[in-house]
Order: sequence, then structure tokens, then C-alpha cells
Amino acid sequence: MIPKRINAIKFEVLSPHEIRRMSVGKIITPETYDDDGFPIEAGLMDPKLGVIDPGLRCKTCGGKAGECPGHFGHIELVAPVIHVGYAKLIAKILNAVCRECGRILLKDEKRDKFIDEIENRKRLGQDFEDIVKEVFRITKAVKKCPHCGEEQIEIKFEKPTFYYEGEHRLTPKDVRERLEKIPNDDILAFGMDYRAVRPEWMVLTVFPVPPVTVRPSIILESGQRSEDDLTHKLVDIIRINQRFLENKEAGAPQLILEDLWELLQYHVTTYLDNEVSGIPPARHRSGRPLKTLAQRLKGKEGRFRGSLSGKRVNFSARTVISPDPNLSINEVGVPQVIAEELTVPLFVTEKNIDIAREFILRTEHPKANYVIREDGKRIRVLDANREEIAEMLEPGWIVERQLMDGDVVLFNRQPSLHRMSIMAHYVRVLPYKTFRLNPAVCPPYNADFDGDEMNLHVPQSLEAQAEAKILMSVQEHILSPRFGGPIIGGIHDHISGLYLLTRGVKKFTKEEVMSILKPLNIEELPEPKEDGYWTGKQIFSCILPDITIEFKAEICQGCEECKKENCEYDAYVVIRNGELISGTIDEKAVGAFKGIIIDEITRKYGNEETKRFIDNMTQLAIRAIMNAGFSFGIDDEDIPEEAINQIREVIANAEKEVEKLINAYKESNLEPMPGRSLEETLEMRIMRELGRARDQAGKIAGRFLGMDNSAVIMAVSGARGSMLNLTQMAACIGQQSVRGERIKRGYTYTNRTLSHFKPGDLGAKARGFVKSSYKEGLSPIEYFFHAMGGREGLVDTAVRTSQSGYLQRRLINALQDLKVEYDGTVREQTSGMLVQFRYGEDGIDAMKSFRGKAVDVKRIVAEVLNKE
Amino acid sequence: MKMKLQDHMLVPKHEVLNKEEAEELLRSLGVKKEQLPKIKATDPIAKEIGAKVGDIVKITRESLTAGKSVAYRLVI
Ligand SMILES: [Mg+2]
Ligand SMILES: [Zn+2]
Ligand SMILES: [Zn+2]
Ligand SMILES: [Zn+2]
Repeated sequence: MIPKRINAIKFEVLSPHEIRRMSVGKIITPETYDDDGFPIEAGLMDPKLGVIDPGLRCKTCGGKAGECPGHFGHIELVAPVIHVGYAKLIAKILNAVCRECGRILLKDEKRDKFIDEIENRKRLGQDFEDIVKEVFRITKAVKKCPHCGEEQIEIKFEKPTFYYEGEHRLTPKDVRERLEKIPNDDILAFGMDYRAVRPEWMVLTVFPVPPVTVRPSIILESGQRSEDDLTHKLVDIIRINQRFLENKEAGAPQLILEDLWELLQYHVTTYLDNEVSGIPPARHRSGRPLKTLAQRLKGKEGRFRGSLSGKRVNFSARTVISPDPNLSINEVGVPQVIAEELTVPLFVTEKNIDIAREFILRTEHPKANYVIREDGKRIRVLDANREEIAEMLEPGWIVERQLMDGDVVLFNRQPSLHRMSIMAHYVRVLPYKTFRLNPAVCPPYNADFDGDEMNLHVPQSLEAQAEAKILMSVQEHILSPRFGGPIIGGIHDHISGLYLLTRGVKKFTKEEVMSILKPLNIEELPEPKEDGYWTGKQIFSCILPDITIEFKAEICQGCEECKKENCEYDAYVVIRNGELISGTIDEKAVGAFKGIIIDEITRKYGNEETKRFIDNMTQLAIRAIMNAGFSFGIDDEDIPEEAINQIREVIANAEKEVEKLINAYKESNLEPMPGRSLEETLEMRIMRELGRARDQAGKIAGRFLGMDNSAVIMAVSGARGSMLNLTQMAACIGQQSVRGERIKRGYTYTNRTLSHFKPGDLGAKARGFVKSSYKEGLSPIEYFFHAMGGREGLVDTAVRTSQSGYLQRRLINALQDLKVEYDGTVREQTSGMLVQFRYGEDGIDAMKSFRGKAVDVKRIVAEVLNKE
Repeated sequence: MKMKLQDHMLVPKHEVLNKEEAEELLRSLGVKKEQLPKIKATDPIAKEIGAKVGDIVKITRESLTAGKSVAYRLVI
């Protein structure tokens, strides 16, 4: 069979004729079922519309439930109503045609020019929206019909479905009559094809009733039938339509008829879209708004994004994550209950039939859940049939065995913003109910353990498993294509731990060394130093492969002239032949994102060795930090009276300085900065003064806290937090800002932020400077300003994430079909269009680059020199 | 006096390929003309170098990462 391919899809508007033609029957009664529970003929559940109950047959096609696609019915509307989806377009067309003769408000030659241009664009497959827009723009301005000379009155459109000609309201009937008068040739100028869309079809006279398969009713536990929202809405439409008809035939007053007409319009509108602005949404008895046609399609959970682009998958699991430093970075701990539910197919051959049989016969954990016979029939393995199935088993069958240690799975955390958001891990079945992962892989997933959940998928074919192992393993993603450096590496305590271990010369007894290195599988200890002790640097060297490298550590103070090995801060790292000679190991050495050592090992020895190093490094670091003992509490921010006094003095001086500036400003003695107004100059100088005061306060606090303070250790080593955080905790929180300025909003009339201040007060306190520290606590006024600044931050992040999320979605949709071909060009897959002649201009795979550069000349030179 | 666009430092070098060059390019890339990126014949630079519809323009850019980068566009 030749596969059929969809070449194009054309959208048209259903004509009344078409609606009647496809209908299997007129629906006239709002009742659905009779007292005996049978569907009523010519009702909304008419069996001609299709079947949903198993066992019954369709009255139209004779098919059973599942075979019968369902069939449309129709309602004859007593009076025409506007289709909301086209309401705006109808308004545009009404304004583009003559109210008298129905001709387009353009001379024929001009009209034909537009039509030609539209045809031309269509032929080239280009957009012609802008031409149509131009037609509507020009015709709207025409005051007098060029064909019959009739004066035109502008038609005002009011949401959702009302049209006014001056004061006079147009009924849908009036609208339809006007649209009917437009000749076919004029319609072309609106970019519409009159064979597909006659404008009057946008005003409904006949209403299609969708098949029951589109709106199945469900039977509740109580045995009661519950109808679909669409059915509810259709009942409303038919009921009002009937009432309208009866009233009309009885010759009811015009006012009543108009009310009914409007009600009919309301029901039809909400049936099509229950979220149109201007009218209240139709509600269920419970008060829940009904989900009607547009709501089925729209949005994240709608048909397009929810059902077509995204689907739910089998062989997947989701639960909370928690850390386990004893796992390798490419492992994942899977709870036993999950492992018992998820399965891996074992394709039975002569060679593995015995193993397969063993799984079937097992009664606990790695056992078989299902077998699939050669004919595709799936049989659950139970105690009752276990032996029988094992007996029958033969090559060609598939045994679905439970997930077990060593299986490869895909592990994912949303939002999946880059390729490292889904990586392949090896399973370790563990007790308890969370997924466990090594904290070193938190950065690529951007995960933490404050309740984050992650998904796990089990690849179901050998090809998929092989691909996962080769292309998606964690160790294949140590270097990120984002910046060509490691994205997996030490975090938090790993860094503090190694910092404590390697800083300066720390001495360890043999017992301590053994205890620290215990989990690392190290066979030989290095020789101790002359005094019989081992240094932390020696211990760290045990896990280093043979590399030679020099760099400045994170703690480097940026001395004017670097003394290299002799740095008094021990901030210059020298590793020679796998031996840490000098320097402190910190974030710059082993951290995720920075980790120069990780980088170097990957380049020299590859991913496997790097994985081993990271595993060892994290284990060692945790042992080291436990050996040293590390804690952090509120009194770690205590600073002596002396420091507090010094900080107070610094801030008092700054405040005085600010007063001076304000006085200078008021007396017009302030010299404006180039390109700035006097006010801006004042603000900038005040900000600078106060900023300086806070920095100074921070320095004082830092000095008194000392380098042994836990928070200081974490901040300088890059493990967590910054000196700014510390300053704010111990010394002074500093200036609060909104929109990058000191706080100035509040009482606009008196120009003050709060009624606690004099009008026009520009002082530090009145404009959001917080001199307290978090430890001291804030005054109520300070607290208020702090909340203002804090709120801005929250709003910013909320806005940024939603905006960047949408941006990312658009980018992905645009780029998803691009591929780098073997010749290095980037091409669009379906059309073969060339997008880039060389990938990224330079043809470099960022993942294999050195922090974005193609070659690391320095490293190569160093390596060559070292060899000689 | 009108300045030549090509003389501006931010305008990369544009040149029209002759027939042989164009054929060789399409052959080596294995693409049809229409699969190349496009440039309008009304583009100021296309006018300056006298590119006609159907020509292929070679654009040589200075690149921060690659030194020199070459791209081709079909004139439409
Ligand atoms: Mg979290
Ligand atoms: Zn049927
Ligand atoms: Zn007219
Ligand atoms: Zn130094």
C-alpha cells in the first residue's frame, strides 16, 4: 500500500446547506432520555447520532461503540444568530461594504488591483494578511458608495456580538441580509474564497449538533446519568429555540421576542466560547463555569497543547527526590515499590530462556509482572499461573520483568530547559519512597530537596537502552554545551569540606587518614611527612589522577603581584603529576560551573575517569567535613561590642554626609555631574555614600568574624552565600530600592514615603536605608521599606519566568527541525533549507570546546613543556 | 556624494558568484538554489554590487569565533 500523506489542509466555513446535508436528523426536543432511560427520538441523545454504550448498535451506520464515528444532527434556528468566532470579521466586512447595494466600497479597478496582489501572494505561498488589512482600512474611511452613491454610516462593533449603526442596533437578521448582498467578486478582496466562505454563513441559521461521541454522558456511582457540558448547553439552545418559535407563532409582543432572541444569541455564543468578554459565562448548577467548544481547544490543557502535542506515558514514575552522597553520580535510587511496578522487557531467545523462566518463577522483587505471547497477548503472572507460564515459555515471547539494579532509566526534572534536564542513570533499588540522587548532579537538573519531584522513564527497547547509555549518561554531560565547562561538580559541603581539608597545612594521624579515605578504595597510602603526619593536601592528592595544572583559587585576594606558590593566603593552586603542591581546593577547583580540575581531567582522561573523580571527590569531601566538624547557627553572626560601635560610627558618619549633601543641594551648592540633573546627582551621590557605608560595615564585621567563622568559610570558598549576605546578617542591610532608585513612592502630595517623616525629607532613613542587620532586627519603618524592595524582587522573578518560558517555547518550536549534517551545515529537515553554512559559524561543538573556545592553547603548551 | 556601503566597516563583503562558481557551490552543498537563504534584489547592498534575481551572493564576514565565515544567499 502506498502510504497516504496529507498535502494540505483547507479550512472553510460550514454553509447552512452543508450543515443540513451532513445531518442525520433534525433535533427538536430538549429532553434526552425518557422515564425508562431510553434516548428520546429527535432528542439530543437520539441513537441516530451514534453510540457510546457498548453492546448497542448505531441507528445510522449499524456500527458498534468504537466502530461508529458518530453522526451530526442539526437544529433549525428560529432566527439567525451571530457566530462569536466571526463577530469581529463581520464588523470589518460590514464597514467595508455599502449599506444599500452591498458592493465593496472601492472602485472596480482598485478592487481588482488588490485581488491581483492577493492572488500573487497566494501563488508564492506568502502572507497576504497585510493587504486584506489595507482593504479594510481604506474602505472603512469611504463616506459615499462609489457604486450607488449611498451615504455610509460607520458601524460600531460592541463585544461580543452587537452592531450599532449610529444609535440604531442591527439585528443578526439585518446583518445577514447585508452580507447576503455582497457579490462573489467583491469577497475576493477580503482574502476570502467565496466558494469556501460566503460571509452570510458567519451568521448562523442552522446549527450543527455534534455526535454523542463528542459529548458522551457518564454514569455516576449512584447510577445517575451525568451529561457532558456541551449537551447541557445544547439543551439550553433547543429549549430557547422552541420557546422562541412558540411565542412567535402565538404572536407574542415584539419586546418578548427580542428578549428570547437575545437569550438564544447568549446560549449559542457561550456554547461556542464560554470565556468571551462582555457577557457572564454560562455556569453549571454547582457554579462551575461550563467547558464549551473553545475551552476544549484552548490553553495548556486544551486539545492542541494537552492532547496532541503532549501525551501521558507508560513506564514512568514520579516522586519526591532526596540526596544520597553514597550513590555514584550516574546512579539513581529507586524506591522498591516503584521498582516492583515498572518493568523492562526481556526478549526471550534460546540463549536467555532459562533466565527468563527464572524471573517468571520468582515470587519476590526482581520477578516477572507480565509475559507477552508471540501473538501479542499479554498475560499477568500470578501465583496461580506462574508455573504454567514458565512451562509454556518459548523464544519469541517477551517477559516483562521488574526494574532492578543496573537497569538504565531516564531521569528528568521540569522545566526541561536544556539537554542535561533528562539524563540516563543506572538503577539502584532502595528502601523508602523517594528517588535518591547524588547531590553533585543537582546543578544540571537545577534541583534541590525542598520538596522537588522528578520523573523517571524506563526505555523499552534494546536500541533505546543503548542510546540512553551511550548518548544520555550523566558522565556524557559533565561538560555543558552552554559554556563548555563542567556543569556537574562539587556543591555546598563538598566545597567547604575540601577547603577545610586542604587549606594551609593540616595534620592528620594515620587513623584519621584511614577514616577519611575509608570509602574510597585506595590501596596505598602516600608516605607521611617527616613528622609522621599526613597533610590534607596529601589526602586530596590520593584521588587525583596524573594531571599538572596551576590556577588561582576562588579565595584569591587579587594581590597586585601574585606570589604564586608562595601566596600568603594559600590561594594559588599548583598540582604537579597528580600531587597537590600548594593552594586550597575550593569552588574554582572542583565546583560545578567553575571546576578547573574537573575540566582538566575530562580533557585528559575522558568522562569515565571524571565520573570516578567526582564520585571520589564528593565522598572525600563529606568525610573531611565530618572529620573537621562544621556547623552554622545564629550566634555565628555575633560580633563584639567594639565592632558594633565601629559599624554604628561608620553609618552615623554616612548619614551625616548625606545630610551635608542634602543641605548643599537645598542651598544650590551642589555641583551637578556631567550629563545629570541636580536631583539625579544628589541621588547618585547619596546612593554611593550609603553603599560605601554598608560595604565598610561589612568589612568591619568580616574582620571581627575571622576566617574560621563557618559563614565566612562558606562565602570565601564559594560553597554557599556571599560576603554581602554576611554583611546583611551581621552588620547592615543597606539601601532598599524600587526600580533601582531609593524609595520615593508614598504620599505624592506631600512628597514623603510615610507619614512619620517631614514632607520632602530626602534623608537616608526616610528613603529606605536600613541600618539594622538581620540579626539585630529591623525597625517597623525599615521593615516596611524592606518589604517594598522584596516585593519588587518577587514580581520581577514571576514575570521573568513566565516571559522567558514563552520565549523558550517559541524558540524550540522554531528550531526543533534543525539538524547539523555530516558536512557541518545546519539544515531544516523537511525542506532541506540551509540555515547555516557552518554550525555556529565556526563549526565548534560547544560541549567539546574549552569554555567556548575551540582550543586551549595554554593547556597544550603547558602539556608539551611538561613532557620535556 | 553617496558613500559605498561596502566601505563601511560593519558591512561585510558581498560578491556575485559567476555561473561556474554558483554551479560548483550548489553541487558541493547538494542543494537546489531555492534551499539557500535569500536576499532581496532591492536590498541596498544587492543593488550596489549589481546582483540580479537568480544570482547567488557570497558574503564573507569577520567572525569573532571563526575568524572568517562565508555564507551564500540567493537573490530574489
Ligand atoms: Mg526546590
Ligand atoms: Zn453510526
Ligand atoms: Zn452602494
Ligand atoms: Zn595570591
